[in-house]
Amino acid sequence: MASHGMCPSVKNILLLDSEGKRVAVKYYSDDWPTNNAKLAFEKFVFSKTVKTNARTEAEVTLLENNVIIYKFVQDLHFFVTGGDDENELILASVLQGFFDAVTLLLRSNVDKREALENLDLILLCLDEIVDGGIILETNGALIAEKVTSSSLDADAPLSEQTLTQAWATARDHLTRTLLK
Amino acid sequence: MAQPLVKKDDDHDDEAEYSPFLGIEKGAVLQEARVFNDPQLDARRCSQVITKLLYLLNQGDTFTKVEATEVFFAVTKLFQSRDLGLRRMVYLIIKELSPSSDEVIIVTSSLMKDMNSKIDMYRANAIRVLCRITDGTLLTQIERYLKQAIVDKNPVVASAALVSGIHLLQTNPEIVKRWSNEVQEAVQSRSPLVQFHALALLHQIRQNDRLAVSKLVTSLTRGTVRSPLAQCLLIRYTSQVIRESGNNTQSGDRPFYDYLEGCLRHKSEMVIFEAARAITELNGVTSRELTPAITVLQLFLSSSKPVLRFAAVRTLNKVAMKHPMAVTNCNIDMESLISDQNRSIATLAITTLLKTGNESSVDRLMKQITNFMSDIADEFKIVVVEAIRSLCLKFPLKYRSLMNFLSNILREEGGFDYKKAIVDSIVILIRDIPDAKESGLLHLCEFIEDCEFTYLSTQILHFLGVEGPKTSDPSKYIRYIYNRVHLENATVRASAVSTLAKFGAAVDELKPRIFVLLRRCVFDSDDEVRDRATLYQNTLGGDGSVVETDKDVKDFLFGSFDIPLVNLETSLKNYVPSEEPFDINSVPREVKSAPLAEKKAPGKKPAGLGVSSSGPLSTVDSYERMLLSIPEFANFGKLFKSSAPVELTEAETEYAVNVVKHVFDKHIVFQYNCTNTIPEQLLENVIVIVDASEAEEFSEVFSKPLRSLPYDSPGQTFVAFEKPEGLATVGKFTNILRFIVKEVDPSTGEAEEDGVEDEYQLEDLEVVAADYILKVGVSNFRNAWEGMGPDCERVDEYGLGPRESLAEAVNAVITLLGMQPCEGTEVVPPNSRSHTCLLSGVYIGNIKVLVRLSFGLDGPKDVAMKLAVRSEDETVSDAIHEIVASG
Repeated sequence: MASHGMCPSVKNILLLDSEGKRVAVKYYSDDWPTNNAKLAFEKFVFSKTVKTNARTEAEVTLLENNVIIYKFVQDLHFFVTGGDDENELILASVLQGFFDAVTLLLRSNVDKREALENLDLILLCLDEIVDGGIILETNGALIAEKVTSSSLDADAPLSEQTLTQAWATARDHLTRTLLK
Repeated sequence: MAQPLVKKDDDHDDEAEYSPFLGIEKGAVLQEARVFNDPQLDARRCSQVITKLLYLLNQGDTFTKVEATEVFFAVTKLFQSRDLGLRRMVYLIIKELSPSSDEVIIVTSSLMKDMNSKIDMYRANAIRVLCRITDGTLLTQIERYLKQAIVDKNPVVASAALVSGIHLLQTNPEIVKRWSNEVQEAVQSRSPLVQFHALALLHQIRQNDRLAVSKLVTSLTRGTVRSPLAQCLLIRYTSQVIRESGNNTQSGDRPFYDYLEGCLRHKSEMVIFEAARAITELNGVTSRELTPAITVLQLFLSSSKPVLRFAAVRTLNKVAMKHPMAVTNCNIDMESLISDQNRSIATLAITTLLKTGNESSVDRLMKQITNFMSDIADEFKIVVVEAIRSLCLKFPLKYRSLMNFLSNILREEGGFDYKKAIVDSIVILIRDIPDAKESGLLHLCEFIEDCEFTYLSTQILHFLGVEGPKTSDPSKYIRYIYNRVHLENATVRASAVSTLAKFGAAVDELKPRIFVLLRRCVFDSDDEVRDRATLYQNTLGGDGSVVETDKDVKDFLFGSFDIPLVNLETSLKNYVPSEEPFDINSVPREVKSAPLAEKKAPGKKPAGLGVSSSGPLSTVDSYERMLLSIPEFANFGKLFKSSAPVELTEAETEYAVNVVKHVFDKHIVFQYNCTNTIPEQLLENVIVIVDASEAEEFSEVFSKPLRSLPYDSPGQTFVAFEKPEGLATVGKFTNILRFIVKEVDPSTGEAEEDGVEDEYQLEDLEVVAADYILKVGVSNFRNAWEGMGPDCERVDEYGLGPRESLAEAVNAVITLLGMQPCEGTEVVPPNSRSHTCLLSGVYIGNIKVLVRLSFGLDGPKDVAMKLAVRSEDETVSDAIHEIVASG
């Protein structure tokens, strides 16, 4: 990734499970050129943070000259990584945006199974938060809206809209019944 | 045993049930992707398949070129579907597949159609996808649409275009620069994110034009920026403008400071923090400017959010390095953070306290830290150890309790890096605080009794060999060393034998006893140990009686090894297949820029929690070794001082050059460290042409060009001057870099045959009085002062005129003299009207100098100073006065 001058930048966003395995990850920086380097970084970050209590408030640490902001919910671990000099509060707002959006998209059932079943939404969500390291949006509600706008877009032909909406409702219904 | 096993199985089953991707296989998914080709597209099914493909990529699976192409072509068919959800997934996977340029053409028209769609979401995403995968040629075709999109009324579309612009600026700057007008309009947008993206792009378009950036900042700081992120950007740009506008702090208020201070009252925490951090990082920030920033950071310290506490304590930690007094107000809040759940915060709080604490609080702090050390991770312990080391150098009188602390933690469990940090700290303390030597050496001796790290044992044994013989009772170390010969592995045994021999060579009375021990070592099971023992027995001479060891023998056995190891390795490799005997004198001694490259390695220092390790001695050592390896400098004598590198070019220019000034008794050598930052160029015969017409007493005697300077691999060229012996001669030099430049083909890395001679103007270099004074501290200034006596004392008073503050005046004088402040007196308490600062140093010719500076405020801003100098030579005392009088 080329540098963005003085623009705040995000090096990666990670969503791992309670064993440190990938649910969805997105890297925006060349600091970890290979998949093995990425996996090693994830393992390292996971092992350094797993024992902390990051369930009520987002926590923060400094590892290998990176600022890492993280938060855990159920069996999901959310991470946002930025450079050594990055404003921690900006990174925290990215994490919060990601977290809020995922909570909305998964209708508050934030766990690994739900996340994997709606992986398309999670990936779209990552795509809407950061583009090539530059922050696109940090407001969770707006991010979620952008992700789901596909089924609610006012300009979409009516027949298609109802169809996609019906699908969304059906899927929603299905997941709820499955959970119970 | 059985129970956990069963449980694990349970977990496993659960997981199997959970994952919708269980047993997923690339081959099968690629088969499934055939549905993309169906004439009747099932949008839902296609979305699911794309999700599976993305899942595979996300898990680190890779597609072969053929597979990727196949998937890509199949995906392009999906543009036929009008399902919005599917289209989103199509956009996503096209970005992930990063198609090659001939493939891009296939989707270009579809994407361009979407860019002009009525549906906002299509426009925004199509822009991002197209800009991601496109190359320059296509860009001119879509430029018109992009310009339109920048001012689109939908903020998502505008942001997409602006962010794409930021990325494209790296590859196609000339095109993006044409969008200035639209971007400028977007800065005024009502949408916060559009404003942020527009500001970022506008600044990057103009970043090389200082005046334009300054204008931008001037107009925007008057307040039209609403978005917090944009506000953060503006703060960063503002501090850049302040940095570049230079320091005219004497003439009233700093420009834009009011803006930064105003941001401290912003409603968004990220803006408050960004502004506070910017203020603390201002060049030569005054305590008046600092106060409001420290106050908001102090509030953050007691926040319930860990991120806020972390950000605040990390910033205060940095402030404490330069302005410890400014942070003392926060000490109470800091102390409560020692027990913070988040260990990063606790560590930063402790190290900050160590920096801000005064001599009287050291003992209390050490007690608190002892409890804290047991439950933090090794990397944090290292940070604490380093902080304690610098504390000890600041308060040498407290060395006893600090040394005790270090030896205690040395005995506890810990990994290699941690132990090494402790050992390094003890070694540095022994070197810098003479009183600490004996106890420190004994601690190290005890440590190697039970040390599991061979590397540390050998290092300590070597150090013992150097320092041990110089102590009052060298014999007491022998037992510790000889124990190693019995109890350790071969590597440690061998180095213990060498250490014994060093004692034998340095202390004549011990020689007979050492010989007895060496004789026993000849029966060791390891040949290296036996060889060393035999060598020392035969060379030390005297057959075990009390005689002085020959100096040549000492040099041969224990002198420093001044041949670069890399060169030795090459020579030895050449020797192996050849017939000729090996001659060590034929090994070239020219160092190939290795030490510099190491230093420039970008930011890979371990666990950088804000404490840099200090190793001034070792850099001087390595400089000296490098200079002596160049035959022309070999007769210059002993290196007196090497300055810190002085930059002669601005950051991010074609060639980066800095210079290190090496001062010898009769000579001065300029070492120009050059880096070529242009990949397409190879520089040869690089030399710096120095004009010394404003430095009359210097005459150039020698210059050593750099044969070749490839891209990104730093090299050095040297220029040597003769100067009057033992005098602190000053002068100003102008420098021009001259070289032959050759074009390099970036694809092959080969340079063209012919080069062109070229020159590059560097900034001027000054040799100042401070270059002739070494920073050498004394542990007890009063004793040293009394000991020096008033014979060569010179006292005088000076008016320093109006100054920003007392602290600024004190710092100015310290920098001018380049001496070591003692006992923490360089720190001026806020609001004080007078201050005494103690300095010590060594003047060229190895003459000790002590300085006592008394400052007082005379009127509102005028500073008066009384300067008392004691030294071993009255001409030196006079010289110090002259420096002050002329500075």
